[in-house]
Amino acid sequence: MQAKTSSSNYKQLEQKSKYTNIFLRWFLYFVLILFASYFIFPLYVMVVTSLKTMEEIRQGTLLTWPSGLNFDAWAVAWGGRGYGAGDTFLKPYFWNSLKMVIPAVFFSTFIGAMTGYVLTKWRFKGDSWVFLFLLFGCFIPFQAILLPMARTLGALGISNSIIGLVLVHTVYGIPFTTLFFRNYYVSIPTELVKAARIDGAGFFKIFFKILLPISAPIIVVTVIWQFTQIWNDFLFGSTFSFGKAAPIQVALNNMVLSSTSVKEYNVDMASAIIAGIPTLIVYVLAGKYFIRGLTSGAVKG
Amino acid sequence: MKTLKIEELSKNFGTTEVLKKINLEIDEGNFLVLLGPSGCGKSTLLNIIAGLETINEGNVYIDDYNVSKVEPKDRNIAMVFQSYALYPSMNVKENMVFGLKQAKTSKEKIEEQLTKVSSFLQVDELLNRKPSQLSGGQRQRVAIGRALVREPRIFLFDEPLSNLDAKLRVEMRREIKKLHQKLKTTVVYVTHDQTEAMSLGTKIAIMNHGVIQQNESPEIIYNKPSNTFVADFIGSPSMNLIKGKLNESSDKISFTAEGANFDIPINSYDFNNTSELNNKEVYFGIRPEHIYFKKSNEGDFEVNLRADLSEYIGHEQIMTFDLANQELLAKFPSTIKIELNKETKLYFDLTQVSLFDSITQERL
Repeated sequence: MQAKTSSSNYKQLEQKSKYTNIFLRWFLYFVLILFASYFIFPLYVMVVTSLKTMEEIRQGTLLTWPSGLNFDAWAVAWGGRGYGAGDTFLKPYFWNSLKMVIPAVFFSTFIGAMTGYVLTKWRFKGDSWVFLFLLFGCFIPFQAILLPMARTLGALGISNSIIGLVLVHTVYGIPFTTLFFRNYYVSIPTELVKAARIDGAGFFKIFFKILLPISAPIIVVTVIWQFTQIWNDFLFGSTFSFGKAAPIQVALNNMVLSSTSVKEYNVDMASAIIAGIPTLIVYVLAGKYFIRGLTSGAVKG
Repeated sequence: MKTLKIEELSKNFGTTEVLKKINLEIDEGNFLVLLGPSGCGKSTLLNIIAGLETINEGNVYIDDYNVSKVEPKDRNIAMVFQSYALYPSMNVKENMVFGLKQAKTSKEKIEEQLTKVSSFLQVDELLNRKPSQLSGGQRQRVAIGRALVREPRIFLFDEPLSNLDAKLRVEMRREIKKLHQKLKTTVVYVTHDQTEAMSLGTKIAIMNHGVIQQNESPEIIYNKPSNTFVADFIGSPSMNLIKGKLNESSDKISFTAEGANFDIPINSYDFNNTSELNNKEVYFGIRPEHIYFKKSNEGDFEVNLRADLSEYIGHEQIMTFDLANQELLAKFPSTIKIELNKETKLYFDLTQVSLFDSITQERL
């Protein structure tokens, strides 16, 4: 037989669990704030430094607040100082990157959607092998294909051009985009396609009218992924382009490393932020779909 | 002219044979149910009729026209799917007219068909809703509507009720039955649910391992199953199959269960083939509902058996008896009290028995 716990005993236990809970809650906040500051700290330093003058930077510490909102460094980073040779600034390269990233994201997403559609809804002999080989594409290190790709671009006559970079990024994006779309479409009942076939819709009509309209979540995921990858890419940009055709990350590198006399930390920081802003915008605009699209795929009903 | 005829049809997926030499015919206005356990090939057969699967051998005819290589949309069929397969991005109206639009039907005709069908199925209130805003029953109705607007020669249903909950399933079953009574179109309906098959079909084709076991009216399937598979598959609980031997002496045939000390006379049985019945190893089949607790007909066979188990299920109870170490199930009203572990008088309705060859499993 078990002894009855008296009611005062219960009271004590209740008190104890209350204190434990309060303690755990505060500990949780402490850890969260600690990690949040750890991640926000570099950004803080960048923003603060970009708003300082060189004078302030030399005199203060990393953390010192700037004396005022001084956007001179930003202007220099974006538009240069206005003298001729050796003046590298981001503006033309920013447009280069946009001209590269928009078509590359569009084509890789579109082709990935198509491939995913075929691999799930129009199964054919050996389709799982095709998918497997495509998956290998995700694991090949970029460095391994630099030389063959350079030869290919040369043979096609599009080396050192935006078009060349668009091609490289599109081809390299296809394994990832296909993976995304395949996994999404696999959860959509094939009966939809059957119904549409009986209704008389063909291959493309089914894709554009039935599947694409319900693919918004995965399109967002793919676009964010591809945009980030391509915008932030340095290796392909620096290998397959130079001079005027380079994307922004390459220009940023040139700017920061090629300063001859003094290191202008404020300009460097402003440039780095400018180079990072577009991906930030994409994340903020589409971020909530990103999580939703990654976790949920199925269309109910 | 047969509305649908299937001739020597075979289908393999790689090395697995899914359908083996299927022959099937449906007359105009019939409701054919393809019934069988999962993996028996019934859905594949339906997909082949629809043109969604290719054929390895054999032919499919619709109205005497060989459609084996015709595209699904040109076969004059419509299909209702288990998951309804309503296009998620379109509203009810767009869903229903999608097929007609693809077929370049005139605007007036589309409008006319839509009004007719939507009021017939009582979905006219829902026309502007998306499928995600509909209940299961409504989705089902819209899916049927999408099939109806095309005025097909043959309706194909692929387990359309199995996604619904039990209560709604019974309701929708009745609606489909009413629909068929009103429209009198030819229907091919796939299900694994025997109650659905029995209540809806004018003909039931029972399939197993890619072969049609029996294709008859529900009454014949129930009363005269053509083999032990059908006997076992239909009925809940299924038919008792008692192992034993036939004895034939001076024109009298009787059955002795293995290890039993009594003979059951077989008088009124309609044998397919009366030769070599003596000493034949057979299964004696009798349905639980044809075993009574009191004498009902003159010809009933009386026997004392021990009751081992009683399962109460509300309106009735299922009793398990011991027949020479073989289990015998009987269905009684739940008001009857039968003591367990004691011998009880039972009466077999001998007009309702089936006999099967224990080797070939076929009906004798």
